[in-house]
Amino acid sequence: MGASSTLLMVSHGHCLLCFSCLVTLIAHFESHLKPFLFFLSISLSLSFRRLSVSVLMGLRLPSKVLEHIISFIDANEDRNSVSLVCKSWFETERRTRRKVFVGNCYAVTPAAVARRFPKMRSLTLKGKPHFADYNLVPDGWGGYAWPWIEAMAAKTPSLEEVRLKRMVVTDECLEKIAASFKDFKVLVLTSCEGFSTDGLAAIAATCRNLRELELRECIVEDLGGDWLSYFPETLTSLVSLDFSCLDSEVKLSDLERLVSRSPNLKSLKLNRAVALDGLESLLRRAPQLVELGTGSFSDDLDQEALSKLAKAFAALKQLKCLSGLWDVLPEYIPLLYSVCPRLTSLNLSYATVQMPDLVDLLSRCSKLQKLWVMDLIEDKGLKAVASCCKELRELRVFPSGADLDETDVALTEQGLVSVSEGCPKLESVLYFCVQFTNTALVTIARNRPNFRCFRLCVMEPFAPDYRTQKPLDEGFKAIVERCKDLQRLSVSGLLTDKAFEYIGKHAKKLGMLSVAFAGDSDLMLHHLLSGCESLKKLEIRDCPFGDAALLENAAKLETMRSLWMSSCFVSFDACKILSQKMPRLNVEVIDEHPPETRPESSPVERIYIYRTVAGPRLDMPEFVWTIHKTPEIGVSNLAIKHCCGRFTFHTLYLISILFPLRC
Amino acid sequence: MEGGSASGSASTLSNDENLVVSCEDSSSPGENELELGLTLSIGRKGYRDCRVSHGDDSSSSSSSSLSRANVIAGVKRTADSMAATSGQVVGWPPIRTYRMNSMVNQAKTLAMEDPNTEISNKKNVTDATKMRSSMFVKVTMDGTPIGRKIDLNAHKCYESLSNTLEDMFLKPKPGSSTRETDGHMETRLKILPDGSSGLVLTYQDKEGDWMLVGDVPWGMFIDSVRRLRIMKTSEATGSAQMIL
Repeated sequence: MGASSTLLMVSHGHCLLCFSCLVTLIAHFESHLKPFLFFLSISLSLSFRRLSVSVLMGLRLPSKVLEHIISFIDANEDRNSVSLVCKSWFETERRTRRKVFVGNCYAVTPAAVARRFPKMRSLTLKGKPHFADYNLVPDGWGGYAWPWIEAMAAKTPSLEEVRLKRMVVTDECLEKIAASFKDFKVLVLTSCEGFSTDGLAAIAATCRNLRELELRECIVEDLGGDWLSYFPETLTSLVSLDFSCLDSEVKLSDLERLVSRSPNLKSLKLNRAVALDGLESLLRRAPQLVELGTGSFSDDLDQEALSKLAKAFAALKQLKCLSGLWDVLPEYIPLLYSVCPRLTSLNLSYATVQMPDLVDLLSRCSKLQKLWVMDLIEDKGLKAVASCCKELRELRVFPSGADLDETDVALTEQGLVSVSEGCPKLESVLYFCVQFTNTALVTIARNRPNFRCFRLCVMEPFAPDYRTQKPLDEGFKAIVERCKDLQRLSVSGLLTDKAFEYIGKHAKKLGMLSVAFAGDSDLMLHHLLSGCESLKKLEIRDCPFGDAALLENAAKLETMRSLWMSSCFVSFDACKILSQKMPRLNVEVIDEHPPETRPESSPVERIYIYRTVAGPRLDMPEFVWTIHKTPEIGVSNLAIKHCCGRFTFHTLYLISILFPLRC
Repeated sequence: MEGGSASGSASTLSNDENLVVSCEDSSSPGENELELGLTLSIGRKGYRDCRVSHGDDSSSSSSSSLSRANVIAGVKRTADSMAATSGQVVGWPPIRTYRMNSMVNQAKTLAMEDPNTEISNKKNVTDATKMRSSMFVKVTMDGTPIGRKIDLNAHKCYESLSNTLEDMFLKPKPGSSTRETDGHMETRLKILPDGSSGLVLTYQDKEGDWMLVGDVPWGMFIDSVRRLRIMKTSEATGSAQMIL
């Protein structure tokens, strides 16, 4: 009866859920409970957090009912709120949470997570800081998946899905996954490293119900293409396969057979080694594909092969996402025309398509929502995109060559201005450009106040507005002033402290900020830490601020997930003070030289600060230094187990929390 | 996991003056290796090639405050002293390793001894002989401020190269591949410098010399070309005489 309508309302926020759920359930209960429940439902519909515990104390909501209600809540943010209401809600919530997300693998121990969520079905973990993508985090820093896999294998063997980002995954991890989780279904590794194709073979051979195996931009030791042949003939459950980052050729016949026996296959992303004739035979076997990543698109094909391939593409009636297209020859672009009208996502960032072929292709993609392309598109091409792709939501323009001193390229700020003018739904941008102007930024902000994510990379460090030679402060001011919903921002170009004052003042919803080669002084950091209320991740490189702002705003750091600073002017002294002042922060100094050998005031190379309830980590390499919370122990890069004596780690940690030492 | 606990009491900022004073102190860090990420890595295990060197740095010893000018000088000095076109400063521009490797493959002709190939070769670089890869070179035309890029591996002969270049530079609008030859332009105008169009196509080879396009077999041309330039015939005659 009302149950189904209740379920529908679940998706629209926990407040509505509670009210309607409870109102529906009230009808079924004993009449003497009705007034209690009605009162409860009204208070709940106002806000979880304002609910006073005393109301609930006198109330015995059957735990089965509570469990049933809470099991409808999907979003982890809402579940986190639910778990704070009172002890019994905490207990009920934790027993019903199936999808666990840990944004920083060192913020909490694997054992604690496994203990808290016994019914976990899906685990998502992130390891290294974002700047690891750009080689700023030395090899061996950490982010190991093994302790997590080991803990889950022991405590939550019903785990089905593992999604890891920027972590070190070994073949042992993959073998352990295959051996321990009987119903394992989904493995998605993004920007991971440390494993070889042997590990993949283990997954392929053992996971009988595997649905998704995706390797997104991982660094894999490629020992050959045999791993694909380990998928047993009985495996028919595959929905998604992405091996685009591998080099070796897989056996085409095995791949064909795998595709043929996977009727649910929706997403297939091939690696570069799969040639065009292979592509044709695969497409013939999988016309139901929704996402396709081609291999290399450049063989010499005769007329017959070409028409067969064209037919195969035309048969892809459900195709929405297209990527790959390595080395695509201009004369093959028309093969794609038949799928263009339905495409919502197109990744040409590895495809060497130039103008005017790009325009011919994009002008047919009227439903396009996501476009990744290289700067070969030039301003002209972006103008065409602005007029043809009215549904565009996300645009990324990557450089095609990393020349820093190219000032005569045909992609300028004008391209982004055109797109901001012509695409009303545009909300996410990543744009690499050699130089920019304030006027352009102001225009863009005026055109498109609905940006959620704005990442501009002016490739020349300290590049001012090239028309006025002024800093880009005013331009970014316009962006943060107008785009009230901005959640992610990357700034670049010449910027003074003023820019950060504007960001601190206006960017109230900003969650992640990336800064490089900017600012004049400590004020810059101070503005950010004291102004941006929602800031969760801050990463800074090569900026001239020092200790003062960091120490002034120490409390802020516990409200954030992490702070990365490299090549700034923070001294080791400040790191020590900060670490001892804030017991729930790990302050990691990543430095080639032992910090004690530096003069106290000299800056350290890199600092990574993150909040944690797990204490200092135990797997640090020789170049990561963490400061112990008890000053006598001082600095070491090895675990506390050195100096613990009779105390276990946990006891010592608890002591340091309960009896904070005064510095 | 922590619910949204507020950030506690506002940080007790004594007064702006104090902050400014301490700023001045901390922004003059004193003499030491502060090249903002441009110091040499000593190749310690696990710490290799995370930094990029540009030799002794006079900026660190002279002024104690690292002004922006010094850093610019530092960055540009690195740019000059390194022949490589990518990765002069570590991790800049911020492009993922995976994508950088693809670009290294594409920009093969432009990159020389790239010290950062150590980083990029964490992943096996694709075997170019097995798969065709792109070779982008810059093309500039006298009188046009904006340069273009063209993929030489997409062409197998001078004629197709010439056609593409004409499309790029001489047509006012980007057209489709089928188009009529314009009245006063000839298809092979750039390859055969017969002076009828006033333009001639030249290229800069590995040694840095400017040569006329079309003299050598295509394969030899591909091996040695670094960049292209469309010159006015009058200029070319002068420089051609110098070369030949």
